[in-house]
Amino acid sequence: MDLFVAIFTGTIIAATPLIFAALGELVVEKSGVLNLGIEGMMLMGAAFAFGAVVAGYSMPVAIIAGALAGAVTSLLFGVLALTFLTNQYAAGLALAIFGSGVSAFLGRGFGSAPIEALQRIHVPLLSDIPLIGPLFFHFDPMVYLALLMFVVISWFLYRTKSGLVLRTIGESPQTAHAIGYPVIKIRYMAVLFGGLMAGLAGAYLSVAYTPLWVENMTAGKGWIALALVVFATWRPLRVLLGAWLFGGMTILQLQGQALGLAVPSELLSALPYLATIIVLVIISQNRQMLALHFPASLAKPFRPAT
Amino acid sequence: MRVGAPVVATVLTLIVGSIFFAALGHDPLATLHAFFVAPLNSMNGLSEWLLKASPLILIACGLAVGFRANVWNIGAEGQLIIGAIAASGVGLFWPDPESMLLLPLMFLAGMAAGMAWAAIPAFLRARMNTNEILVTLMLTYVATLLLSWLVHGPWRDPAGFNYPQTALLPVGAMLEPFDYSYRLNPSVFITMVAVVAMWLFTDRSFLGYKMSVSGAAPLAARYAGFRESAAVWIGLLAGGAAAGVAGMAEAAGPLGQLSPQISPGYGFAAIIVAFVGRLNAFGIVLGGLLMSLLFLGGEGVQMTLGLPSALTRIFQGVLLFFLLAADFFIFYRLRRVREKA
Amino acid sequence: MIPRLELRNICKRYPGVVANDDISMSIQPGEIHAVLGENGAGKSTLMKIIYGAAQADSGEIYCDGNLIEAHNPAVSRALGIEMVYQHFALFESVSVVENIALCVRNASDLESLAARIGELSERYGMPIDPHRRVHDLSVGERQRVEIIRCLLQAPKLLILDEPTSVLTPQAVVKLFETLRQLAAEGCSILYISHKLDEVQELCDFATVLRNGKVTGTARPKETTSLELARMMVGSKLPEMHVSPPLPSEKPVLEVRGLSVTARSPFGTDLKDVSFNVHGGEIVGLAGVSGNGQAELVALLSGERTHDRNDAIRICGTAAARLGPDERRKLGVAFVPEERLGRGAVPPHTLWENAVLTAHRFGTVRNGLVDRQKAGAFAKSIIDKFKVKANGPQSTAQSLSGGNLQKFIVGREIALQPKLLLVAQPTWGVDVGASAFIRQTLVDMSRAGAAVLVVSEELDELFEICDRLLVICQGRVSAPLVRTATDREEVGLLMTGLNGNNAIASGSGEFALED
Repeated sequence: MDLFVAIFTGTIIAATPLIFAALGELVVEKSGVLNLGIEGMMLMGAAFAFGAVVAGYSMPVAIIAGALAGAVTSLLFGVLALTFLTNQYAAGLALAIFGSGVSAFLGRGFGSAPIEALQRIHVPLLSDIPLIGPLFFHFDPMVYLALLMFVVISWFLYRTKSGLVLRTIGESPQTAHAIGYPVIKIRYMAVLFGGLMAGLAGAYLSVAYTPLWVENMTAGKGWIALALVVFATWRPLRVLLGAWLFGGMTILQLQGQALGLAVPSELLSALPYLATIIVLVIISQNRQMLALHFPASLAKPFRPAT
Repeated sequence: MRVGAPVVATVLTLIVGSIFFAALGHDPLATLHAFFVAPLNSMNGLSEWLLKASPLILIACGLAVGFRANVWNIGAEGQLIIGAIAASGVGLFWPDPESMLLLPLMFLAGMAAGMAWAAIPAFLRARMNTNEILVTLMLTYVATLLLSWLVHGPWRDPAGFNYPQTALLPVGAMLEPFDYSYRLNPSVFITMVAVVAMWLFTDRSFLGYKMSVSGAAPLAARYAGFRESAAVWIGLLAGGAAAGVAGMAEAAGPLGQLSPQISPGYGFAAIIVAFVGRLNAFGIVLGGLLMSLLFLGGEGVQMTLGLPSALTRIFQGVLLFFLLAADFFIFYRLRRVREKA
Repeated sequence: MIPRLELRNICKRYPGVVANDDISMSIQPGEIHAVLGENGAGKSTLMKIIYGAAQADSGEIYCDGNLIEAHNPAVSRALGIEMVYQHFALFESVSVVENIALCVRNASDLESLAARIGELSERYGMPIDPHRRVHDLSVGERQRVEIIRCLLQAPKLLILDEPTSVLTPQAVVKLFETLRQLAAEGCSILYISHKLDEVQELCDFATVLRNGKVTGTARPKETTSLELARMMVGSKLPEMHVSPPLPSEKPVLEVRGLSVTARSPFGTDLKDVSFNVHGGEIVGLAGVSGNGQAELVALLSGERTHDRNDAIRICGTAAARLGPDERRKLGVAFVPEERLGRGAVPPHTLWENAVLTAHRFGTVRNGLVDRQKAGAFAKSIIDKFKVKANGPQSTAQSLSGGNLQKFIVGREIALQPKLLLVAQPTWGVDVGASAFIRQTLVDMSRAGAAVLVVSEELDELFEICDRLLVICQGRVSAPLVRTATDREEVGLLMTGLNGNNAIASGSGEFALED
């Protein structure tokens, strides 16, 4: 039973950074923009949040710092992709490389010691219920924040007019422009939001999940988040389910290593990456479904005609 | 125009670099000198410059073949690692270490392994409609872990004081330097051949023409009857072959063995080289020399001024940012000015 | 009376072309005002300027006597100016009511909005279900959505840009009733068209444009077609020479029982399509767009293949499984609907674009592109088809639509095809080039080639085709001989009203072979 609780809670926690990053990217892609630089924004978020803690700031301040770092980093991509109309693949790659470089540069002063991780909540009574308590009421606040973001984003995209505008801009920016919506401005906001979420994801890694600073500590989670959005065929609920699936994969593989399976740890560590590939292959077979939810203008530069 | 953007981007990167150094409290001119001039002041420096430029140019040539057709192989780093593993495996375990065939076999093994690793995303994209960006990238992580497992486990040098590395390759499996005072070796000739081949392919051949149509207008390629899957296969295999050979040349050249430090990020930097070189063979040569200098300069200031090597990656990112932005200004703004005139 | 809208000296230049040159006009309340002109006369640019979607370089716009200063679509809507675009400004993936909500201020509640849509659609005789997704709607229904969207704003001026180009003749009649009703209620209507008969039937007043200039004004109901046409195209009206067809004994293209499901969720399935095209004749495929033309054309060109190889025969060879290049070897040439990006590679030069389909004609040797041969080949097309371009080195995207179309038609004809497929040959092409392209197609067929023309312009099909097929919801009618049918009959087939009894008067293979 303890093992079950460990696997369950581990899964939820491991999924949390993926939920943040992938939901953020989902909003960006729904607006028709493809930002490949999640990895870079996450690393910036991780570095700033960790740095803030090392510098003696409180946890909330550190997390906000991480989120803002992600947003500011995303702005670099935004200017290139939205104002300068560059190839979005290249701009995203540049962001990934740049973020990894800057975060490594900043992180050299952080030392190698872990910090005290973000506290888990303890709700009187609820957290003490056997099984239910540890399963549902004993996470750190950011786990709940991630779930709240899922609710908010689903509601925003499918229940508000602004969400409708965002989705239709992703389908046809030309049409949205023709009927008078500020396409570029809205896309900027989406990109910034994506950066904010990636920053939160990075902050979660460095102040709650690990909690220590290692160069390139995201280890491809930004790219996995990108894959999750495709896997989810651009729908929030599936992002959530996908993130849990990958979280579970990570935890099982760690448990496997802890149990001393005869398989080398490196090969177990490769499982999430291989799983990503397999899942992508499976989802790519359903062309109809992909076409139905795919933001038709994804990664195509848009310039309003004059 | 095609030359303009990279030059402007390089100059702007230097300017940002000096501001950055000044902000860190270093004399910007002295630091720029240490970064970009000092490394080339000696014969050894020049040898190192070409030695590092060679794999960058080689890989970028292979990648550019794919990029021209909108095939986004960003996993050259993984293909390089697999190429190095395969080549080292042949070098370490071939029954006759004296054989004249050893180096050619390693070359073929590295190339074949790089191609095989790239064939996975090629197959998945061509037959299974799966995005190659994510697959090539995921496979890079897998390759890194595979390398880590090999050098920590089965292939670890028993006499290596527990360091995660293999035994040194036998002398017959090494690319002999031109001069033992320096590290530059004949692998630069491979790169030269690759540059010419890439130019011939992309600029003159019908196959290269078909690929550029696939990249510029996929519907026009389908209209003409050029197979998209052919472009995907050629694009990915070219990158995989180049990266695999580069991996072989690293293992059999400057390193002489397999270790987790087989590549300082050549596979990723080569992407930038390809863009800076405008996906053109001779542009890539210049881009590769510039990028190699960034690597050398990063190492240089790390040693002389104690600045972190992460600077290299920051400069790479900034360079690519400026290149993309400069493209915009040159292509759009100038056109507008001309329209008004 | 203060005019509803007044334009004074509007000028707009684009690189290399003056789209609007000193245009002035005014529209009274309740007036139906036509802006008449050929493709490329500057009508659409003018409408965009009026609506604020493009900015004039100089000139003034007054609405109800007040100068509009900073102009954009939001300002227009605040003033009561609404526009129905030629290519609809609708989003496929969301429902009708959501589409409309995007354009309506304070549309907080979708249900009450849906109710208002229902009300309006009943009042103006335009039935529509507010909750259907737009991609399930026919083109005519989409236009209704656009119009209802405008009507919800209680507009004072409604702009319609070529509204009938996508409608069947019967739907046009209905649309006109709606527009007359609106005008009677005081709404001014600006009606943009190049079709004389429609303007004469509907409009009170007409402003005629040619090459961006106003060439005349008229009361169309009191003016002859000839006079209007003169104003539109200048003194010289291009003349077509269509001699009787000389059909070959055996068909060049045979399609038998072709059925496929569409690849995209927004496509149309083809159902049991059969027809023939003989050498020496031009067969036209009429139909409202989105009824399966795109699927059929892709199957004929080889861009999409079919498992049953003998579903398509070209010169007697089963060819449904062959790709485009293999079909070209059998003598097929194809001019697609999209010129930029499908028929030509936009950033490539013309000589490179010549190699695209003509690589078997000496431009490629030993696997290498022969630049000189390709250049000479492109040059010969440019000369022969009078393509306005700075030689084979100019890029495809630098050419105007009409010139690029001439280049593509020229390239495909240079392949000396036995079967020429042409989709929308003259879309957006100016009068002179259109006439030239149509005449070229006729000459091709009279020289023995089989020509299949897919077009939404009935006028065009009636002008050049020997037989007509009609496609509706993925079904293709039995052939009609042009001289024995009329627009009414074709129109009915386009709506699918007479269902499967497509063997109407004067139709059939045998009528031709007699």
